[in-house]
Amino acid sequence: MSVSGWLALYAWLAPAVAFVLLSVVYGLRRSGRPAAWVSIALSAYALAAAVGAWWVARAEVSNRLLWDWIPMEAGPLASVGVLADADSTLMLILVALISFLVQLYSVGYLADETPASLGRYFAYQSLFAFSMMGLVLAPNFVQLFIFWELVGLCSYLLIGYWYQKPEAARAAVKAFWITKAGDVGLLIGIVLLWRRAGTFDFAELFQLVQTGALPLGGPGLVPLGIITFCIYLGAVGKSAQFPLHVWLPDAMEGPTPVSALIHAATMVTAGVYLLFRTSWLFALTPGVLELVGWVGAFTALLAATLACVQSDIKRVLAYSTVSQLGYMMAAIGAGFAVAGFHHLLTHGVFKALLFLGAGAVIHAVGSNDIFTMGGLWRKMPQTFIVFLVGTLSLAGIPAFGGFFSKEQILGAVFEGGLTAPLAMLVLTAFLTAFYMFRVVFIAFFGAAAPAAHGGGHGHEDGHAHDAPLVMAIPLWVLALLALAVGVMIIPHPAAEVESPHWLAFLAIGVALAGIGLAWLTYGAKVVDAERLSSAFGPIRAAAERRYWLDDLFGGIYRGVILALSRLVGWTDRYLVDGVVNLFSAWTLMAGDRLRRIQSGRPQDYIYGVALGVLLLMFFSLSRWPR
Amino acid sequence: MGLQAYLTLAAVLFAIGLFGVVTRRNAIGILLGIELMLNAVNINLVAFARFWGDTAGMIFTLFTISITVAEVALGLALVILIFRVKRTVIADHLDILRG
Repeated sequence: MSVSGWLALYAWLAPAVAFVLLSVVYGLRRSGRPAAWVSIALSAYALAAAVGAWWVARAEVSNRLLWDWIPMEAGPLASVGVLADADSTLMLILVALISFLVQLYSVGYLADETPASLGRYFAYQSLFAFSMMGLVLAPNFVQLFIFWELVGLCSYLLIGYWYQKPEAARAAVKAFWITKAGDVGLLIGIVLLWRRAGTFDFAELFQLVQTGALPLGGPGLVPLGIITFCIYLGAVGKSAQFPLHVWLPDAMEGPTPVSALIHAATMVTAGVYLLFRTSWLFALTPGVLELVGWVGAFTALLAATLACVQSDIKRVLAYSTVSQLGYMMAAIGAGFAVAGFHHLLTHGVFKALLFLGAGAVIHAVGSNDIFTMGGLWRKMPQTFIVFLVGTLSLAGIPAFGGFFSKEQILGAVFEGGLTAPLAMLVLTAFLTAFYMFRVVFIAFFGAAAPAAHGGGHGHEDGHAHDAPLVMAIPLWVLALLALAVGVMIIPHPAAEVESPHWLAFLAIGVALAGIGLAWLTYGAKVVDAERLSSAFGPIRAAAERRYWLDDLFGGIYRGVILALSRLVGWTDRYLVDGVVNLFSAWTLMAGDRLRRIQSGRPQDYIYGVALGVLLLMFFSLSRWPR
Repeated sequence: MGLQAYLTLAAVLFAIGLFGVVTRRNAIGILLGIELMLNAVNINLVAFARFWGDTAGMIFTLFTISITVAEVALGLALVILIFRVKRTVIADHLDILRG
């Protein structure tokens, strides 16, 4: 009897119930607000069940619920169920919590939407929560892959929520395409792994790895390194690692709460979670792990430089998310997956907080551009405080959640012996503090810019104020959690990283230096921002063109994929259709010739009949002579 | 005379009738040809009935004759109707079923 499994199952199915209700019950989805409250109530229930599952799972040994799905003679080929151990239920709480808070916040943020599209939004939100929980609780690769695709679908639907906007529709398609490119790798990896091991089940695979029954390679076998690399490809797409990170900044076209939930806290961390979940498998292939670490650190640094040149507040946060995902991957690459998982949890809380805070600002100001903001700390003191908590946490200042997990990652990478990635990550920490406080100093302090906008939420006079209560509550809850979560993370037996003390001081030092530089540049204006940026001339120019990666992908799309589809289209139109048309022309011609026989004169037919009878008589007499 | 003489007469009559049906251009001529073919069959029936001593063939001949009368009446009525509509009874001109 697995209590935690059942509780997790209840948590998982609650959003599914909400989605089905919203989809099936006549008129409910179109009613708007009632639909929202149905969805919120069920996600609150899911949160409670998730906490219960976690509480029980910490002590429980049997934590699996399995049902056969594809039965075979030698045991089920695939099963569905719930694997509710201490790690997955912790992630489950994160998903349920952020999902609940974001849905609550959305009631205020999307108050101006029409009821029908609000209902659509909450149906998607429920579907996403269900899919993400299914991914988190998956006991095998098949279920994981199914829900992996489902969260991708929800991401597509929610990025394109304002589908009337061409940019949003394009961003949705771009996100779908690019993550799909990685997913193909994941699918190939899963199938290859199944051919090697004969099972999809995590527990059985773990058993095989433990007993050493899964050799690295051999004659006629696919090397294990290729399999783990393929699985890693899925994580590259989903978790926005270089070079497939280009979809995430564009995904900011969706509503801000969606960005907070899907593109900061939960879905984009699915790749990290996958690697954490199968870290024992990756441990067999150190080469791939080292690649994970290098790519992660490089992504972190690249995205941090990109974040420094953005003026859109959501894009800064998006690049920061990419950067922090790189951090998590670096820790996993160093062999300390638990450190990456801890950063996933703390990052989920404080990045959701930052996004929701940014949403409150955008809601009040009516623009994403930080240079049209300014002096907001006086107008929106509550938002300022919670945003500052999130920023300090992201910058890695002690006593805030992000500090502990970030320091753990640096220690892990140091222990893993990845020296160059460590240097990149330290530099990233400096840049992170810099670009976040750049936003704070420009948007919240600075001179109030002239109101060159229509104002959000009907403030035509440009008078911004704090968010309504329904939006403020999630902000405060997340701010308190961001303060507490770093301390509260249950010490994991494998998380004890023996890192030297100077590393912690180094991390704090570079963070403070970043804040200081941001203050000098944008706060006190001692350093001229233009001169500072022109000092990094080529890098800045490259960063403003996003390192030409979007151009590269655009070129590949236009040059290769479109050319290929034109070729295929030409082949279909002229070769395939040509053969078919030739046959039909022959048929027509034969029919045209044959119809001349039908003269319409009865005498001709009688003549034919008589001739036929004569012939039959002749043949029958000649075959059977008397 | 044996049976063969009657059968030969019937076969010749049938062939003449068929020849008429196939070659005549006039619709009434075609009807006459059909009559000849039917009567060839009648001769066959009567000859076999006499030869086997079975009166069933004779009775069938009576049926055939009466049905033939009805057929001719119907055929001639059709020819008259066709003539009213098309102003012709030449079979070659009645080819609206041509493909």
